[in-house]
Amino acid sequence: MNKLQDYSDIVGAYTIDELKILAEMLQRRPIQTINSTAVGGGVAEILNRMVPLLKEMGVNIRWDVIKGGMDFFDVTEKFHNALHGERVEVTGRDYEVFLETSKRNIEEMEISGDIVFIHDPQPVALIKRRSGNKWIWRCHIDVSLPHEGVWNFVKGFVKDYDASVFSAPDFSHPLTIRQFLIAPSIDPLSDKNKDIPQETIDQTLIKYNLNTDKPIITQISRFDRLKDPLGVIEAYKLVKKYIDCQLVLAGGTAIDDPEGMKVYEEVQNRASGDSDIHVIIMPHNDIEVNALQRASNVIVQKSLKEGFGLTVTEALWKEKPVVASAVGGIPLQVKHKFSGLLCYSVEGAAFNIKQLLNNKEYASQLGKNGKEHVKNNYLLTRHLKDYMLVFLSLYYNKDIINLD
Amino acid sequence: MKEEPFRFYSRLNLSELTGIRAATLLQLAKCIKQAPDSCIYHHTHRYLQIHQHICPEPPNDFAYWVSTIMKEEELAEKLTSIDVIRFPSISELRKTVAQVITDYVSGNPKAKFKFAKQNQEFHFIKSVSFIFFAKQEAYDLKSFLGALQKVTISSIYFHMFESKIRLGKESNDFSFWLAESLGEDELAHRISSLDPYAFTMEGLRFKLIALVKNSLK
Repeated sequence: MNKLQDYSDIVGAYTIDELKILAEMLQRRPIQTINSTAVGGGVAEILNRMVPLLKEMGVNIRWDVIKGGMDFFDVTEKFHNALHGERVEVTGRDYEVFLETSKRNIEEMEISGDIVFIHDPQPVALIKRRSGNKWIWRCHIDVSLPHEGVWNFVKGFVKDYDASVFSAPDFSHPLTIRQFLIAPSIDPLSDKNKDIPQETIDQTLIKYNLNTDKPIITQISRFDRLKDPLGVIEAYKLVKKYIDCQLVLAGGTAIDDPEGMKVYEEVQNRASGDSDIHVIIMPHNDIEVNALQRASNVIVQKSLKEGFGLTVTEALWKEKPVVASAVGGIPLQVKHKFSGLLCYSVEGAAFNIKQLLNNKEYASQLGKNGKEHVKNNYLLTRHLKDYMLVFLSLYYNKDIINLD
Repeated sequence: MKEEPFRFYSRLNLSELTGIRAATLLQLAKCIKQAPDSCIYHHTHRYLQIHQHICPEPPNDFAYWVSTIMKEEELAEKLTSIDVIRFPSISELRKTVAQVITDYVSGNPKAKFKFAKQNQEFHFIKSVSFIFFAKQEAYDLKSFLGALQKVTISSIYFHMFESKIRLGKESNDFSFWLAESLGEDELAHRISSLDPYAFTMEGLRFKLIALVKNSLK
């Protein structure tokens, strides 16, 4: 497990000192953070990194997980997709299942914090246990165009919180409580993002039969239509007419996801006959993802819809030139012609990829700017700072707060 | 002359959504007139913090939105070139920004009918600032130089920008202390004559360090 000091070389000692100053101010405020799972998924991943660092700084924080059976988590999965804007049928029974499990958690869970920090919709009903303490609801989902019924149901609980946190301005909604804006982050010391030896990169290239003599274009994402892998292949084919290159489409497992499996098969069909297209199912192998990103000449994220787009953040952190769609949180990270190139179509993506492959110095400068932008804004240490500021903000109702 | 040590403070910002959105230029001007001071401050100063090393975009969010979403480059340039340093307060700055937009729309009536697409509206966000002692003090020019090299850019930012435009002080904190406590009037004047908005944050730190080193010679 990384220590706070390990981040000092990356963000500077004084940034770490500032975090410690904030932590000192929170020492008398026990904090309880609650989500739905201890392992798997982005929320658990970030809490697994943040909670030990907060404890190291002396913050009295405990992390709890709600209980629920398969039926409950099937419903919350459905809620998650509905809030994301997917068309799903939500029945009255689904709401009943949610409320029944929530009732058991409300009755059985020990609530002990001065500040209770709830993540996503699964534990949202715990607010019923509110008793003089402060409650924050952190929404990690893109709820910009949600299923109205499900959003109104969730909002019925959220209105009783003291504050909420969203990842991008578009994700927020009219609420009567305070809404803070906190972007997600990446951990620069995780397996997915840390520096790795050239040997590891070379071994990964050999393992996946990639040719080191041809430029590599890569999109890392699960096999999902919203990530537009077929569009990426079309863009690659337009580039391939002029530049002899390779395409890597690598993403998480699709075995337990019938729709994902279908997309994977379509991608394989579209790629068939071209040995320079490498379609790779890569379940939870962060070091290999890291190696593929570092070996790439251009990284693409041609999503049709996107949350924050942390795969873009990861690519920028590795100083890679990026071509990405102007959707979700991507324009916050990629300033066109400064920290990458934005695109709106297959043709635009192809044009931008060609530009970057043909102009190495330009591509290199975009990559350098991108890394600096991520360092200043999207690393774990900034995320820790923002969470501590939200905790402190609960005790003030002013825009300028003197903590001295 | 009062010989008081300079206490370095720092400030960290948290972004709070206000729910105020604009989809047209006239809505933007109207919202600018009505939004809290902390919103105007956020959208005219945020870029300094986000791009600490290189400034790639118009130096305020209004200009950036007008350029990239509304595609009104002439107005964007007018908003970009507003000389923020000459405004003693946020309310004066607010009036000017809103006036520049309404004047432009009056002279370019077609611009009135442009609408931002869904999810491309201008969201008004405010900065909630937390100010705290940064555990650094300076007693003379030498220790001042040492602290300047050590403190975060948030601290330099606070003393150069925020204390002036947001807390209503007449000058930046460094110039005030250098003149009042050390009698370094010339150095104080040189620092207060800088346009800090024309520097990246690290660039500003290097400039301040160079000026202090020069005075120590």
